[in-house]
This record gives sequence, structure tokens and C-alpha cells, in this order.
Amino acid sequence: MPESKALLQAIQAVDVPPVTLMEVCGTHTMAIAKAGLKPLLAPKVTLLSGPGCPVCVTPARDIDACLTLSARPDVILTSYGDMLRVPGSARGDSLLKRRALGADVRMVYSPMDAVEVARENPCKKIVFLGVGFETTAPGTAIAVQTAKESGVKNFYLLPMLKRLEPALRALAASADFAVDGLLCPGHVASILGENGFQYVARSLRLPAVIAGFETEDVLLAVYRLLLQIREGAPALENAYPRAVQREGNTLAMATVETVFTPCDSLWRGMGMIPQSGLALKEDYAAFDAIKALDVCFEEEKPSACRCGDVIRGALPPEKCPLFGVCTPEDPIGPCMVSGEGACAARYKYGGSV
Amino acid sequence: MNDVITMDHGSGGKKSASLVQEIFLPAFANDALNALGDGAVLEGGANLVMSTDSFVIAPRFFPGGDIGKLAVCGTVNDVCMAGGAPKYLSLGMILEEGLPLDELRSVAASIAKAANEANVQIVTGDTKVVERGKGDGLYINTAGIGFLRHPGLSRERMREGDAVIVSGFVGDHGAAVMLARAELGIKSSLCSDCAPLTAMCASLAACGEAVRVLRDPTRGGVATALNEFVEDTPLCIELTEDAIPIRAETQAGCDLLGLDPLYCANEGKLVAVVDKEKAEEALAAIRRAPYGENAAVIGTVSARSPGHVLLLTRAQGTRMLSKLTGAELPRIC
Repeated sequence: MPESKALLQAIQAVDVPPVTLMEVCGTHTMAIAKAGLKPLLAPKVTLLSGPGCPVCVTPARDIDACLTLSARPDVILTSYGDMLRVPGSARGDSLLKRRALGADVRMVYSPMDAVEVARENPCKKIVFLGVGFETTAPGTAIAVQTAKESGVKNFYLLPMLKRLEPALRALAASADFAVDGLLCPGHVASILGENGFQYVARSLRLPAVIAGFETEDVLLAVYRLLLQIREGAPALENAYPRAVQREGNTLAMATVETVFTPCDSLWRGMGMIPQSGLALKEDYAAFDAIKALDVCFEEEKPSACRCGDVIRGALPPEKCPLFGVCTPEDPIGPCMVSGEGACAARYKYGGSV
Repeated sequence: MNDVITMDHGSGGKKSASLVQEIFLPAFANDALNALGDGAVLEGGANLVMSTDSFVIAPRFFPGGDIGKLAVCGTVNDVCMAGGAPKYLSLGMILEEGLPLDELRSVAASIAKAANEANVQIVTGDTKVVERGKGDGLYINTAGIGFLRHPGLSRERMREGDAVIVSGFVGDHGAAVMLARAELGIKSSLCSDCAPLTAMCASLAACGEAVRVLRDPTRGGVATALNEFVEDTPLCIELTEDAIPIRAETQAGCDLLGLDPLYCANEGKLVAVVDKEKAEEALAAIRRAPYGENAAVIGTVSARSPGHVLLLTRAQGTRMLSKLTGAELPRIC
């Protein structure tokens, strides 16, 4: 692969007017911030963060439901680390805080670890907070299957998984969407394959390049997007062939289909999007925490936090009125919490200096 | 909600600093403490250097070390960073009911070995036992006393143009412990860098006043330690990403867990700010000493962005490197 210096020169040499590109993956957001790419690409290329950070797209009412669950003495909550610091609708109230006050909240690296916690604690109900996109859905599905097959009856999933395609379609259809091309997420594409992203070019008529996560991967994808924009011919290109195949991971997709079925889902800042979530199928309904533990979701409360607009790429993080009041130490919105959040990236790594 | 201690308060980042600033400094303020160095220089017949540290690490045994070795190296290195030649250690142990005696023996042996290498004696100690469930197996506190050998080390003496040196590969301890803790079933050659820096600091002391300030970048990592050098000063530290020594397996382990080696703890490294005229000499002094063979100049002190640490990335971008803001939590995907 060419070096970043050569790629940057090539990008500057493409004859196009200034463009706005969106990266739809939190890992891309962090890779771009860590390499300090934004100032190097400006003013020719503006990079916006899209709805690709799993924590950021989770609505506050879902976090509130998790916090309520954590207060039940018969429940052990298990979660990926990212989720622990996200505040619900009350500032300062997070799973980390609840744990300090006595709730049994445990960080796990995999949903399979949560099944293990269930085996070790037969008198407790173990709830795994199932967040993430197509990348985490297969592992979550396998955990549920494992619990069923091995008779672990005290494991429950709180399904908050999201599907990217309906959200991207909704985003592209919104009135203030002004993006010239998409950097497609390499991790999700390693599951869904090139085929899973063809709709971006064919149906949304947007230039699209599947990108890896090294600095050079990102720059190469930006370069290829510029070429597509110059030619006026949107297409899907795979600039991450070392991980992404045409068909994707068919075994992983089949496992997800066995366990889950698409359902309507609420996104932070984007509202209810049809078929954008995953619910447990009837065969696995016994593992659904919502049903088994009577989880209630309140109405989403209004907030001055504009994470929703940040997630849609409609507002740069530093333009949010809470930016700076909301900090990684005392966050208000999820974009400031998650390691992948656009606000955290901006706050942590700064802009051009 | 009631304010309570959360894990973030133990991270070594901003929340830890707020505990010191809001609770401990107002309660105990004195000149020696207010300097907030890794150890305090005290007045007496000969000037003494003193430091203390507590060790609550899980797991207690990790690749490259254990809680005992850590308890010696942590305090010894703090005394070294304040310019002291460490001499005496106290050892306070809090044992949880049920701790296997074999494990305690093994930790004691490890303490003895590390103390021997660091040339310090355990001269006083205390043991308490708490009921099962009231502790996490074994906690250790050590306090160390040394004689001042390298006077005048202070961030106040940093100047524009000074060189920033790190004594070797960055982030190994944090990455090794996090990987061990994650129980991912991954075989890794990654080891903690836990080691006493007594000999390295003795070697550096020959550079005298050219060495402005030293710090061992433990919790919060190199990024946080360097921020502490420049915060509230008119100075800035500019680092070159390419120059920072990071092992490929540390980087890979961090990538896997969603961590950044620059924020991972080190237990056998120092960062030094040195007069640029003597930078090569200081670098050679570090490299000659045990554990210093991979030392490198990683940046310079400037006035470009006062109070900040900047990183010149491989892609030639520039970004801010802030302090760690809470305990590092692994990412989702």
C-alpha cells in the first residue's frame, strides 16, 4: 500500500470541488482522530462521523432501563466496558456509579463470558446488554444458542442490537443530509460482505468504499471516493480486501438469522427506524430480558444534548452548546463517553493546532 | 446521587487528581507535599527523599511480575524520580482471610528478590488480616526512604528546546495486565516491564542539572505523565509518534482491547526532560543502565500550545494528547 504522504498528495491532486464524506464506523472516527487526518484533508475533504458508534446510537431510555434493571437484587448485569460510563437521562447516573453504590454490574469481553457468569451464579438472573451492529450480533446469537443448548436458564439478553442499512437509508432520505460519499465500515463488511453494501451505490446513489482501519486504509478509501466523485459514477469499491469478501461471512449471517428477526428500533437522535433492530425469535423468547424481567421503556426525554445531530453528521461536536460542559469525566451524552464517540474523539484529540 | 468512590477515582487520571486536589491537599498541605512530585525531598542532616504507594492489583500474579515485585519497584522508582537513592522500605500487608500461605510465601520471595536488586532493605512492617470478603486477597503498602543524590529535579526547571526521553518500550505493563485480566485465552509473549530503576537513575545523576525532571509513567501512562509536566505552564511538549518505542505485540494487544499504549501503565520506565545540549549524554547514560537499552528521544519542549502535549502523527497530522480521563474501559468492537 502507498504511504500516507503519497496518498495525501494524490488526494490533493484530484480535481474536484470541496467534498463532505461520512465515516460510518466509530473505529474509523477514532482512527481519523488519532492520526490527526482532518486538518490534513481540509479544506478539500470534510470528514463527518455517522451513526456508527454502538453506544452513541443507544437512546437514553434504553440506558435508563438498564439502570433500573441493575437495581434489582436478583440481577447481575453484564456488559461491554463502553456501556458502563454512559449516563441515562439523569446526569451522573451510570452503571459505573450504580456499581459503586452496590449494584452487581460486571464488565465482560464477550457475551459468552456472560453465559459463564450465569453458570456460576445459578440463583441469579444474568442479563447481557446486547448492543452493537452486525459485528457483535453473531457473537450475541451464539451466546443465546449456547445458553439454550446447554440448558442455562438464568441467562437473558436485553436486545439493543442495531442494523446499519435501515439507518443509512433513513439518514440519506433526511432533508439535511449533505454527504458526497461514504466510507463503509470494514468490520461490518467483514460480516455482510461487499454484497451487503451494494445498496449504497445502487439505491442511495452514493459513492461508497469499504475501508480498513490503518491510516493508509482510510486515506486510500478517501482517494478512491474522490475519484468516483470526479467521474460522477457512484459504485461500491472494496479497499479492504484482506478482510472483506464478496459474500461476507455466511456462517455468521446464518447464525444471526436463526436467532434474531428484524424489528423496529429507536435510535438516539434519529427516532424509530423500521426494521433497524434485532429481536429474539419465538424459539429463543425465553431468553428475552424484556419479557422475562418485565423491562419497561419510558418515553425518550428531551435533552439539550445534541448527540442525535452529531450522529447524523448534521452538527460538528464542537458546535453542540454542551461541548466542554459535557466532558469525558462528566459526560451528558453518549458521544462524549464512548471511545468511539465523535465528541470524545474531538475532545480527546483536539482539532488542528 | 450521592458522590461515592468509583473505579475512575483509581485510574491515575483526572478523577484521581481531583481527589488529591479537593480532599487530601486541603487536609494535609505542607511544602514537601504541595510539590506533588513522585516523592518528597525532606530537610534533615542529609536530605531525605520519601514516598509511599499502595498496591491492589488484580491479578496478583501476571506475566513479568507479581504484586510483591510491583510493591518494591513502585515505591523504589518513586523515590528515584524525586532524585533519591532508595535505601529503606516499610512493608504493610493487608491479608484477606483464606489467602493461601504458599501464595504469601511466593510474594515474600518476590519482594526479597526485587529489594535485593534495587539495593533496599525492608526495615519495618505491619500485617493485618481482614475477614473473608472484606479484601481482595492481598493488599500491600510500601513506604520508601532514600538519600538525595540528584538534587533540583523539578518541572519548574523545564525550558523551551529541552529534549523529552523515554527509557524504553511504552505500555507493556498495562497491556500485559489487561490481557491477563481479560482471560481471552490468547497466548501472548507480552510481559510487564516491572523493574527497579535504581541503577538507571544513578547513571543519570552524573548528568546533574542537565536533567530537569523525571517521572515514572505508571497509571495514566506516558501521555498523562507528560501532561503533568506542562499543565498550567507556558510550555508545551511536542512528541513524534514515530520516535516512541512501542512493541508490536503491545500495540496489537492494545488494539484488541481498545486501549492506547500511551495511556497504559509502565512499571519500569521513566520519562526525563533534559537540556538539549546534554540529551545525547543522558540518552547514553540511560542506555548503559539495566532496562534502558531501548531508550529514545521522543519529543521536545516548546511554547507552541501552552499547557498541552501534542503528537505529530505518522501521517504528519498533529493532535492533542490529553490526560487520561477515567479508567480505561475496553471498547465494544
